[in-house]
Amino acid sequence: MLRKVRQWGPPLLLISPSLVLIGVFVYGLIAVNAWTSMTDSHTAAQSTGQAPTRMVGLANYAELLDSDAFRHSLKNLVLYTVVFLAGAMFFGFLWAWLLDRPLRFEGVFRAVYLFPMSVSFVASGVVWRWLLNSNQGENASGLNRLFQMVGLDFLQNNWWNDIDVGIAAIAVPAIWQLAGYVMALFLAGFRGIPAELREAARIDGASEWKLYRHVVFPQLSPVALAAVIIIGHMSLKVFDLIMSISKPANYQTKVPAIDIFLLKSQYDYANAAAVAAILLIFVAVLIVPYLVQVARGAKR
Amino acid sequence: MTTTSAAPLAADLPTPRRQKGARGPGNERFSVSRTVRYALLLFFLVVILIPVYVLLVTSFKGPGDAAATRAWNLPISWTLENWREAWRTLSPALWRTVQMVVPAAVISSFLGSMNGFVLSRWRFRGANIVFTLILFGMFIPYQAVIIPLNQLVLGIGLPSGIPTLIVLHVIYGIPITTLIFRNYYESVPAELIEAARVDGAGMLRTYRSVVLPLSIPSFVVVLIWQFTSAWNDFLFAVFFSSSQNGPVTLALNNLANGSILQNYGASMAGAVLASVPTLLVYILLGRYFIGGLMSGSVKG
Repeated sequence: MLRKVRQWGPPLLLISPSLVLIGVFVYGLIAVNAWTSMTDSHTAAQSTGQAPTRMVGLANYAELLDSDAFRHSLKNLVLYTVVFLAGAMFFGFLWAWLLDRPLRFEGVFRAVYLFPMSVSFVASGVVWRWLLNSNQGENASGLNRLFQMVGLDFLQNNWWNDIDVGIAAIAVPAIWQLAGYVMALFLAGFRGIPAELREAARIDGASEWKLYRHVVFPQLSPVALAAVIIIGHMSLKVFDLIMSISKPANYQTKVPAIDIFLLKSQYDYANAAAVAAILLIFVAVLIVPYLVQVARGAKR
Repeated sequence: MTTTSAAPLAADLPTPRRQKGARGPGNERFSVSRTVRYALLLFFLVVILIPVYVLLVTSFKGPGDAAATRAWNLPISWTLENWREAWRTLSPALWRTVQMVVPAAVISSFLGSMNGFVLSRWRFRGANIVFTLILFGMFIPYQAVIIPLNQLVLGIGLPSGIPTLIVLHVIYGIPITTLIFRNYYESVPAELIEAARVDGAGMLRTYRSVVLPLSIPSFVVVLIWQFTSAWNDFLFAVFFSSSQNGPVTLALNNLANGSILQNYGASMAGAVLASVPTLLVYILLGRYFIGGLMSGSVKG
């Protein structure tokens, strides 16, 4: 008995504060959130406990999924994620590929490509808000003005003020900030490929394309997966950028995370919680299989 | 991920391999492709720096100088007025952010270190499951818990503003700090720990006198990571503080989006002021910063 205490006591002592905190603040609150999402707590009085609430089951979810406004948020989120993911992966890979072979000033390029990552979305949003100004022609500033100056007038557009695809414009600064991160991941991946592997393929007479097709890409696929997971889950949470470039109330740039903010400020806690639960499900679908796979891998 | 860059120490990007046989026959083609590579890299370098140019130029422009037609020009007369204005508005918030970030980073680093030690050394059944459950907390959208979290924080009676934000950054920082430390401790030779045990040191003694001194490099990585993410946080700031008692991201957003008449000059100067600390960290401690990024993605 005493032996057991001495064996189990110290590690439990070290780890239990964190376990309790994570248990309460992550899993406990997820449960409470799920509960709130199934109540009819839509008013300030109910949210402060001055008026009674009752359970309504999944009614809030049904209503949300049926409403055009929330569908618009979901559509925006999907569009944003596709553009952000494609852009960050494309440029991240391209830069890593360009930087992979020995090169002068490599460190300078790498540092500049990566630096936007260290800045907050709010700070970069200040300048991107100006760059993505939707004015055109005489009044154009920002990127639209730049397009005029270099003779690419046809590229002028409404940016995030477009009702259908405006959200894609918000992905531009997001790509600017995170493509460098994907680059860093791919660079580490490239350099993890043993030089002998490439040599061997070359000696076997593989063309450059075949070398990539059969040696480089397969070796990079775990890195690519990690990058997709990281960028994908960041994308689903997009909030800061929209708050600082657009405005929360702007219909054209609204996404679920923004809806939660708006609903909460209207004291509609039940719907806010329902949107939050939907968002969590999205992220879980992406993350859980990945975490399980990683955990399995660690066991081996 | 396949690479050992999981260990933050090794996460610094390795230098490129020197490729044998890169010169020799086909030298001509090689140098053409080399020129193209440099041209592309320079092009992207310029593109990435465009927002920086705009930020700096606009921050030195006087009020009348911000006309759309002159948007990309240098200031007619350089002025520091925007910087003074931004400093007046943001300096209290900057100071509050320092007070928030330092304790948040230090406390969550220690918690992460203890967890990482236990989880890497103490192979109880289900250790991997516990670890995975902790990790999941790193990926959840915090919006998914923010409604009940808000009620919990009010219920506990935590003072709004910096104290609440410290607590939240500590708690939600546990997963990532645990991850980085666990990966690092896995790479510590088991004999070191074993030797201490043979000498009669218990787990706590071993942790204090053997493991902690070995952990300095990991502490640097984790402190930088936590510092940066707490400094750049906006979500918690907007839900749990106000412009009177909140951090600089919130104050900056209010400066940039608050008034109807946009003061672009002051907003841009403010964006720089709010980014200086994290930029300095990136420039001075870049290799550790990258270490943090890598371990943020790399599990197991």
